[in-house]
Amino acid sequence: MLLSQLKKGEKAVIKKFDIQSIPLKLVELGCLPENEVELLQIAPLGCPYYFIINDTRVAIRKETAKQIEVEKL
Amino acid sequence: MSNPIYIALAGNPNTGKTSLFNTLTGLHQKTGNYPGITVDKKQGSFSLENGQKVSVIDLPGTYSLNPTSVDESVATKHLLEKKPDLVVVVAEAENLKRNLLLFTQIKDLGLPTLLVINMEDQMQKKGISIDVESLEKQLETKIILTSTRKNKGISELKNAISQYENLSRKTLYSEDVSSYKKWLSDTYRVGFQEIQDKEQQSKTKKEQHQETVKRYQFIGKVLKGNYAIDKSKATDFDSKLDRILTHKIFGYLIFFGLLLLMFQAIFTWSAPFMDFIDESFAGISEYVTGLLPEGKLNNLINEGVIPGIGGVVIFVPQIAILFLFIAFLEETGYMSRVVFLMDKIMRRFGLSGKSVVPLISGNACAIPAIMATRNIEDWKERLITILVTPFTVCSARLPVYTILIALIIPEKIVFGFINAQALALLGMYLLGIVFALVSSVILSKIIKMKSKSYFVVEMPSYKMPLFRNIFYTVVEKTKSFVFNAGKIILAVSIILWFLASHGGKTFDSAEEIISVKFENTEISEEELKTEIASFQIENSYIGIMGKTIEPVIKPLGYDWKIGIAIITSFAAREVFVGTLATIYSVEDPEDESTIKSRMEAATFADSGEKVFTLATGVSLLMFYAVALQCVATVAIVRRETNSWKWTIIQLVGMAILAYLFAFFGYTLFK
Repeated sequence: MLLSQLKKGEKAVIKKFDIQSIPLKLVELGCLPENEVELLQIAPLGCPYYFIINDTRVAIRKETAKQIEVEKL
Repeated sequence: MSNPIYIALAGNPNTGKTSLFNTLTGLHQKTGNYPGITVDKKQGSFSLENGQKVSVIDLPGTYSLNPTSVDESVATKHLLEKKPDLVVVVAEAENLKRNLLLFTQIKDLGLPTLLVINMEDQMQKKGISIDVESLEKQLETKIILTSTRKNKGISELKNAISQYENLSRKTLYSEDVSSYKKWLSDTYRVGFQEIQDKEQQSKTKKEQHQETVKRYQFIGKVLKGNYAIDKSKATDFDSKLDRILTHKIFGYLIFFGLLLLMFQAIFTWSAPFMDFIDESFAGISEYVTGLLPEGKLNNLINEGVIPGIGGVVIFVPQIAILFLFIAFLEETGYMSRVVFLMDKIMRRFGLSGKSVVPLISGNACAIPAIMATRNIEDWKERLITILVTPFTVCSARLPVYTILIALIIPEKIVFGFINAQALALLGMYLLGIVFALVSSVILSKIIKMKSKSYFVVEMPSYKMPLFRNIFYTVVEKTKSFVFNAGKIILAVSIILWFLASHGGKTFDSAEEIISVKFENTEISEEELKTEIASFQIENSYIGIMGKTIEPVIKPLGYDWKIGIAIITSFAAREVFVGTLATIYSVEDPEDESTIKSRMEAATFADSGEKVFTLATGVSLLMFYAVALQCVATVAIVRRETNSWKWTIIQLVGMAILAYLFAFFGYTLFK
């Protein structure tokens, strides 16, 4: 499934993504395969998403979340 | 005495790096600019126990040496080129893994490097344990645990700084220093679009990605057994607070409540301070007039320089209060939540959630607001934010609005309790926001630019704000506003004074011409003087300029005197009021009444009709609501966009719109 399909409060493990379509900064913050991710909040109009990845709290837009494949825990 | 040790502070954003800088240097700091760009360069100095001087630079916060914004590129460039004696990397206990990414990169530059792990006081509460000794060995460095909040670990840090020469220069991940440095400076140029080749760009990104992955693997190995977070011990305060502050209803209510409080503060709290400044400058002016002999110098100082400086200083209370609020919201970590809440809404207008901060700041001054757009990753969103920010009602518009509204709106109570003039002013604020948002929508449709919607916002953990940090921010920002705006206004007032007191041949022989003209009429000496003065201003350089543009501005309901004020207020909007005051007072220096009553009495030379009618007032309000009358903004836009094209499009576009709106306003109310 895709990271954008998680529901609030759900956890998942990052599987893979195309490096060209997500920002390098996200990788540097710890968005790497095998790391755990938890969806904390979705902003009122359905975007952005607010995650904890690699102990870092970070918000990204739905388009970016769509680029990342995850496996639900 | 030996040379000072030169150290650089580096680290991720939100680690307390600047807080540590403030603790070390106190008020021995100053903010300058890096050459060519407007990134704040914070430098300071302090002494060690043995008397050794240390000079320190606080580099912009960055997650890695692979920069994606101008701010971050400064850190990389500085470390590559300036070669500090020692780099102090500031990390945060809670996010040590992520912080170490930057540490391993800096270590590979072969510079002596110290690791500071800050927020030691939070470790127990968050269930964090660190084996410092073992980590020191594996990371080839010295580790200092500090808490800037509780002032802990500072003397240990100073002690470690004094022994910087004993630190290892070994690399951690890269084979050798020179190949890493070469790779870094090559990729730096690609990342910054100096090399436009698509293929090379994607190749570089791949390399940077691989490098990041491998470094994280290395860090994972190093931390194993030496660093642990026991989540059962952690109290998750952040998530609880987030549930309220980013709530779909309460989140917005709280945000708009804070905005209301901020504007309330800007207008009511600052009033007594502004009155005090106003009176003080009047007093100074009076004192200096008595001190100097009468003549040109006296005029220059009293009619040009002192009111010019006073016109800048009077905004200090409002600007300081605005920055106080913004610094408070940033320092607590709340601002990122606002960005999160507003992103989708702002995108409907072609902006980003990160545009909220510039648009709020724009209500004090467009210059810091435009500088605050730097962290918007998407270039198109950033450009649009820069282009529309000057529509928001900055404090320089206030004196213009205040006097025009006082002239055309009667002071009465409407709807039972609202002051009609205050309502009109509020209307001007709303109009500014409407102009900004509507033009964003239009611009986002017009500007064809491939935009990757990159948006990554770290949501830092909530912190109690440190008074010291907020204080330093407010002092620094206010200081730089006063000096930057002050320089321009001072220059303009001197030029204005020169242009108003000099002219061509007609100007020089004004006395003769007027004396001849009134030779056979009965006229008192006083009246003759007034006639000469008003003839002089009409024929001074500035008068000639005003007369030249009169045909163009006639359809807006303005005469050549207002024309002069429009020309001079191109430097800064508030100059409008001062210029009219100067023109009317030069004509009739004996008239002691206020600028307002002088404007009320002003008539057109040809028809004898009143100048400031409702129609002219509305026309001028529209003109100043739209036109980009601010040299400092033009300069900052040029620097931030690095393009004359966009600067000129903004300037000319706003001028044309201003003319049209002023024309409609005048025609509608005539």
